[in-house]
Order: sequence, then structure tokens, then C-alpha cells
Amino acid sequence: MAVLEKSRKVVAESLIGQRIPKMDAPEKASGKTRYIHDLDLSGQLHARILRSARIHARIKSIDTRAAKALPGVHVVLTAADLPDQRPIGVAKDHFPLKGEVVRSQRDEIAAVAAESVEIAEAALKLIRVEYEDLPVVADARAAIAPGAPLIHPPRQGAPAGAAVAYTGRPDNVAMRFDYSHGDVIQAEADSDVVIEDSFKLHYVTHCCMGVSGVIAEFDASGYLTLYSNTQVPFLHKREFAEYLNMDPARIRIIQPPIGGGFGSKLDVYPFEVICVFLARAAQRPVKLVFTREEEFLASPTRQPVLLTLRSGCKKDGTLTFRTVHTLHDNGAYTSWGATTPFVMMQTFSSLYRVPHCDYHTTAVYTNNPYAGSFRGYGNLQATFAIEQHMDMLADAIGMDPLAFRLKNAQESGEVTGQGMVFKSCGFKDCLTTAATRSDYVVKRAAYRARQKDAGAVKRGIGMASMLHVGGGAKIYPSDGCGTMLKMDDFGALTLITGASEIGQGSETVLAQLVCEELGLPISAVTVVNNDTDITPWDVGVHASRTTFIAGNSAIGAAKKAKAKILAAAARKYECAEETLDLKGGFIVRKESDEALIELAKFIRGLHFSDKAELVMTTFYYEPPSVHQDKGFKGDVSATYAWATQVVEVEVDTATGIVSMTHVTGAHDVGRVLNRLGLEGQIEGGVIMGQGYALTENLMVEDGRIRNPNFRDYKLVTAPEIPAMDVSFIESMDGEGPQGAKGVGEAPAICIAAATANAIENATGVRLFELPFTPEKVYRALHGQTEKLYWAPWKPE
Amino acid sequence: MSLKTEIEFTLNGVKRRATVPVEMSTLDLLRDVVGLTGTKYGCGEGECGACTIEVDGLTVNSCLMFAVDCAGRSVNTIESLAGEPLGERLRAAFVEQGAVQCGFCTPGMMMQAAHVLSACGAQDDKAIARGIEGNLCRCTGYKKIVEAIAVAGKATGA
Repeated sequence: MAVLEKSRKVVAESLIGQRIPKMDAPEKASGKTRYIHDLDLSGQLHARILRSARIHARIKSIDTRAAKALPGVHVVLTAADLPDQRPIGVAKDHFPLKGEVVRSQRDEIAAVAAESVEIAEAALKLIRVEYEDLPVVADARAAIAPGAPLIHPPRQGAPAGAAVAYTGRPDNVAMRFDYSHGDVIQAEADSDVVIEDSFKLHYVTHCCMGVSGVIAEFDASGYLTLYSNTQVPFLHKREFAEYLNMDPARIRIIQPPIGGGFGSKLDVYPFEVICVFLARAAQRPVKLVFTREEEFLASPTRQPVLLTLRSGCKKDGTLTFRTVHTLHDNGAYTSWGATTPFVMMQTFSSLYRVPHCDYHTTAVYTNNPYAGSFRGYGNLQATFAIEQHMDMLADAIGMDPLAFRLKNAQESGEVTGQGMVFKSCGFKDCLTTAATRSDYVVKRAAYRARQKDAGAVKRGIGMASMLHVGGGAKIYPSDGCGTMLKMDDFGALTLITGASEIGQGSETVLAQLVCEELGLPISAVTVVNNDTDITPWDVGVHASRTTFIAGNSAIGAAKKAKAKILAAAARKYECAEETLDLKGGFIVRKESDEALIELAKFIRGLHFSDKAELVMTTFYYEPPSVHQDKGFKGDVSATYAWATQVVEVEVDTATGIVSMTHVTGAHDVGRVLNRLGLEGQIEGGVIMGQGYALTENLMVEDGRIRNPNFRDYKLVTAPEIPAMDVSFIESMDGEGPQGAKGVGEAPAICIAAATANAIENATGVRLFELPFTPEKVYRALHGQTEKLYWAPWKPE
Repeated sequence: MSLKTEIEFTLNGVKRRATVPVEMSTLDLLRDVVGLTGTKYGCGEGECGACTIEVDGLTVNSCLMFAVDCAGRSVNTIESLAGEPLGERLRAAFVEQGAVQCGFCTPGMMMQAAHVLSACGAQDDKAIARGIEGNLCRCTGYKKIVEAIAVAGKATGA
């Protein structure tokens, strides 16, 4: 709150670091927010999609006659009706509607637009499909076995360089990543200790509380408006133009508030393109909303990963090398999520100082669910393996695991083998803060000493740390964001940003940053952030980039507005610009904070003068990062975020039930901008990590999801959450907005790894496969688990 | 087509009639017939709590209750909390304590919270957490939701 004292001195607090409630929270807490599910356009039809009854099969025939004849049905589409369908996805390896072959349980065969959801569903039941089964590849290892059935077999007659959907592939390899720095062979020879283990990471899915949905509408001129849940509106617009053979200038994307994202809304999905096809055919708005079961079956998962890690160190605790081979199950088609190795290799190469590192990933096609992008983007999987090995190496040389980590931890000024430059690095502070606040060293020794004590319930404590991009990630040609700022005659601001709000609180933090520059209260701002016809370009919500990139962009626009105002004020008051400032809604003298004039009044004066002027500015921020070279090297983010999390568990050795009792986290966030929002991101991420470690498991058998519901797919509920203690390390990043870094993904990353270390501390038994369900833990504790081993594999 | 029946019930304090197909859920009655969209569809099978409403003083998953069973009953939705003292306190607490992120679970969560506080009075965090265990949230990790309910409970002095 700003106060104008009798002496005309303005007193106002900085907004930075305060607990500022989300601007959209009052609407949301009143049930007034209109999510896509709550929007209806006049004349709107409702769509449903017929998905495959088989996992891998040739489609022999589709008969839609009865469906088309059902009263209330407007359009029924199959691939046969759409000879101009174009392949979609990162690898352009599938068509929205499948006409020849279905390759997964999700696969879309037909779509109906009808006057109600009930009629559309009834019509689906009338569609007859004849299939001829093909052999199912239900495991990534089976996909690379000699003679494995091919998911996208080579096709004759396609022009060279055509998309996978036209050419097929000679094998099931969708993507391959090979990275190296140093000489791991020599480094291994020089190591005192070498260990090798395999790790297996399972399927989990986003479980956004709001199911997927889209509304498509063409106007009379053929201009398409899409009401979409996407996290990447401008990339979406470009992709839709390609998939629909349309001019991108004729596509507008409006983003209603989103019921959860977490990475699930990065790709263009078949259902979205199909909905547009239906709207085009019907010449009516068409709305398509999933059921929860469909959300489980047809929205993406986190990458399941099989991983073999070989690590070494010297007796004095110096890390020597790391060799990593991973096998990723893409499912039948390639999503953005297949590029998770970009993140994974950063963790392997650069979380600690590792002089020699080899990293290899093969992402394969199978008939399993479509694995996509999910908060943390491969980093949960990589960290799970690395941080267990850090404990194991420390044990092997008889060193305390905290001391071992501190010895190898990165510091400010480091340039890693992968070319990442750590300008501000609070890693060691994270390690010591989390360890101190959790009493890690003392408890770990005490719990280890009690492993053999009587009593079924054992306690354990474990630690893990993470490195993640915190200043964007230069993957796309630009990693930037645009801002337009308008100040009106009443001193109110409209902040128009390319950055989307997906519940993470970006609109509030951006408003805060702008108000801090212009000396205004948050209540002065309206944020516009959800319409590609209005907002300037942004690459999208991913890579924990919005606070950093959109924040810098917003500050840039605010600084320009401020400069314009102060220059005009300096003319009016005949003083130097540098002696003036904006504070508490006034133009003030910088030295004394003496109010000269109310800001709104001054702006009205500018407007209604001979040289009428409006205060409107634009800014585009491009971070000073670089694209990786062909060897995946380069400083891809403007800064990097760090965290250490310590997990305490109780393990009931009689039942295998693991309870998470405490999580102590220390996060290098650069600087705290909105403490309330930041805590919310961390706490939510921790509990998502808890679910990944202990309860969530999308069960896939022979390509079929067995538990597409919240009964059998167990999310963490309120009584199960641990006590959470979160500390923030303020490393004040030189490039960050007010010194801040991105943190959205960070809190989910370490939890599973730290839990594995805690279970080992409690029981002496190490677990290499997630999730730690009671059955799995019980079997491991009672010697009923075979040691997992995956022999690294390379394509020929 | 399906059999329809006319019902009379009290919705958010106002008596009204509706003609509903016998197989319709109360959730669909509220959203599609009445047009009150604050009550959310999250799963349609009583597992997530996003569609929580209050019927004759008890909270229920509206997706599991037939619309025809609203006949003669008093039904309250998230929209009923506006202007009502406990509802306003809860809303303020949810906003100020950071209990809202994407907000999709929030209406159901607040209906359950209102019930917990009005039926059981001010509670400790453990009891509050038990009280909302049928309501899933994917964003917040629940901690701030529990804190918000506790704050609203204290302010109520219930």
C-alpha cells in the first residue's frame, strides 16, 4: 500500500518477495471462471471420436451408414472422407484419422458431430469396423529385438525426404541421441570404484483435473477460431495452418482458463485437428470434450525409461566418469516429449562436475500409449538414477553422501563439459541448507544403525539434487516473448503478454514486475494473455521459462513506459530525468520521494495536450542463450535452477507400505518474486513427485491401459501429504527478472530419487524400479526381486 | 427417446422445477439444464470430488446422484456461497492463502470445506485433511488448501 504523507512524501513498499494472491483466484473460488467445458457457442454441435478396439491392426472396412442415418447426426468423418489429411506431430508420423492401420489403443478411426453428446455417442456405437490383427509390440526391448514387427514399416513410392507417415521406417527407432565429452574409457581405467546398475521408470500421466477439450468455429470468410487448452498458442497456430493447409493469418487461437497443464498441452493432438475437420464439414461450431476415461487413454504420459548407468570415482571422492544408455518407449507416434534427452543429458553431464561423460538414448516405436511432455521433462528419470548412484559411490568409498556431493557440486563460474555456463549457482547452499534443516547427517547415521532393530516400521532419510533450465531453453528459432503495455488516462495498465496462464500464476507475477517498475499497485493492472489475434508472440509455457522470459519482456516494456513518462516529466518540471521516479502512483523526486503529481493526472496531461501522446510501449525479450551444436553442446539457457530435497520415510517392512513423512527442500530460485505463488509451485511439485514415487502407476499390458480411472490410478490425497519445509536460496541471477530464475518444474524432480535413498537408509535395500508400491517394496525386502539388468543397445 | 419426469426442488434457496430424463445425473442437471457451470465434471464416477454439492445438508458427488433424486430436496452449489458469511470467508481464505492454482478442483473443494466447517466446526489440520480426502487437486499439493480451510474456520469461530 502506498501512502502520501502530509509532507507530500510518498511511502510505498516494494512488491518483490511479497505474498500476492493470484489475480484470477477470486473468480475461480466463486465458480465463475469459464473453462472450455463451460463455454458454449450458439449453433454448436458436439463431437465424439471412435477409437480403436484393437492395439495393432489393419482396418479392413469401416461402415458409417447407420451412424449417418441417426437423427441429430450432422457429420461422420473417416480417413476416407479426408484424402487431404496431412501427417501431424513432431515426426509427422501419423494422420489425425487413421484409415489403414491402427497402432495403439488411442487411435482415432471415425468422428461424429451431432446435436448432443448423447446422440454423438449413440452414433459411434453404430459404426462397424472390421480389423485384421497385426502382431503387437508391447515393450521397448521387444521393439529393438531382431525381427521385431515394425510399427511404421517402409512404404514404397514415397518421395525421398517425405514424412514418416508416407515413407515408414526400416526399424522401430524413432529418435537417437548420442552425446559425449572427455574419454570415459581412460577415465574408467583411472577410477578406484566403478559401479553399474539398471533402472526402470514407469508410466504416469498428468491427470489434469480439467479434461482435454477444444471448440472449433469457422466464420463466413473461412477464418478459423479455435478455443484451445494449448500451452503453446503460437506454435499451435503455425502447426494448424500446416495440418489444415490454411493461411496462418486466418487462424485465431483463444485460450480459455486451463484446468491444469503440466506439459500435457504442448503437442497438437489428433482430436484437435479432427474437431476442426468436423467444424469445416458441418459449417457449425463444434465442441469436443473428453471423458475422464478418454483422458487416461488418449492424453499423453511421462516417458517410461529403461536406463543403465555406469559411474566411477576416486577414493578421495572425485567423480571420474559416467556412461549412460537409455531406452525410451515413444508409443506408436512421436511427441515433443521424445526430446526429453535434451534435458536428461544436461543432468548426467553437468549436475556435478563429471570430467568424462557418454550419453546415449534410443527412443523406439511400440504399440504402447503415446508418451509426451510432462513437468520435469526426463529429469525425474535421469535424477532417479544419478542420485542413487551418488549415494552408492559415497558408500563404496566410505564417504558421507553429503560431503561427497559437496565435493563434486557445481559452483558459479563453472563451464561444463556440455558447454553450460553457470553464472549464478546456489547448488552448495541448497545442499547445506536442506541437509541442515532436515538434520540429514545425524538422522541418516541413526536410522542406518537402527535397520536391524526389532519392530516392523523403519525410518529412513534420503537426499537428491537437481539441475534444470531456469532461463528458458533455446530449442525453437526464438526463445523469446513479446509484451505490449498500455497505460490509460486513469493510470490503469493493460499488460498484453504472449505468455499463457495455465494455473501457475504467471499473470500475477508479470503484473507484479510491471507494477514494481511503474510504482503502481497490482490492482492497477489488467492482464490480456489468451488470444493470438491480440497478444504478441511467445514460444509457449514450457521449460520453466515464463517468469524468466516473459518477466524480462514485461520489465522491458515497463522500463520503456517509465522512460517516456519521466522524460516528459523532466521537461515539465525542468529537471533531469535521473532525479525523478515513479512511486505509489505518483511522479516523485528520487532523492526525497516528494510527490510532484499524481501519475494518472500527468498521463491525462500528456494525452490532452497540443502534442497529444499516449503511453503505450512494446518490448520483445530474447534471452542471451544459444542453440546447441550438433553434438548437443552449448549454453542453451540464460540461467540454471538448482535444488536439493531431503525426504524422510517410514517403511512398514511387514506390509511394504512406504509413508512419506517429511520433505525438506532448498531451491535456488534466483530471487523470490511472489512468495505465495512460489511456495504453491514447490508444494504442488513435491506432491506430484510423491505420486510418481509411491502411488501413481498407469498399468499397461499388451498395449492396453488397465486402469483408466481415479479408482485404480492413485493420486495422492490430502491426508497423505508429508510435512513440507521449503527454503529459498537467492542467488540473484544477473540476467533474471529482478534476479529470479524459473522454478516450475524443479520441485517434482528429486522426490523419487530421494525416496529411493531414504528407503535404502531405512532398510538396507535399494530399489531400482518405480513406483514403490507396497507389493514391490515387500518383495524387494524379502529377497523376491531379481536384479534388474538391461544390456545397453545401439542401432547398427 | 428417454423417459422424462418433472421434478420440483430448491436450488441455492430458490424453488424451481425442471424436466429431466430419468438417467440424467444431478451434475448434468446443474450444468446443462440449469446452466450453473461452477460445479465441475472431473471424472463422472465419484472419485475426484470436483462436482461436490450439498444436498439436504450433506455433501455428495453430483455426478453419482440422479437428477430425479433432487425432487423435494434442498440443493446447494458453489454459487450458493456468494454473499453467505462462511462462503465469503472461505473464498477470501482460498484466495489469500494461495489455495487456488488452475482452480478446477476449487468449487468442489470449497463445497466440501464449507460442509466440514459448518458440520464439525473449527478443525485441526489433520481433521481438515481427512475432511477433504475425497477431493483431488493436482496443482497445489493440498497444503495451502488445508491452511485456507483452517483460517476460514478460525475466522468463523465455529
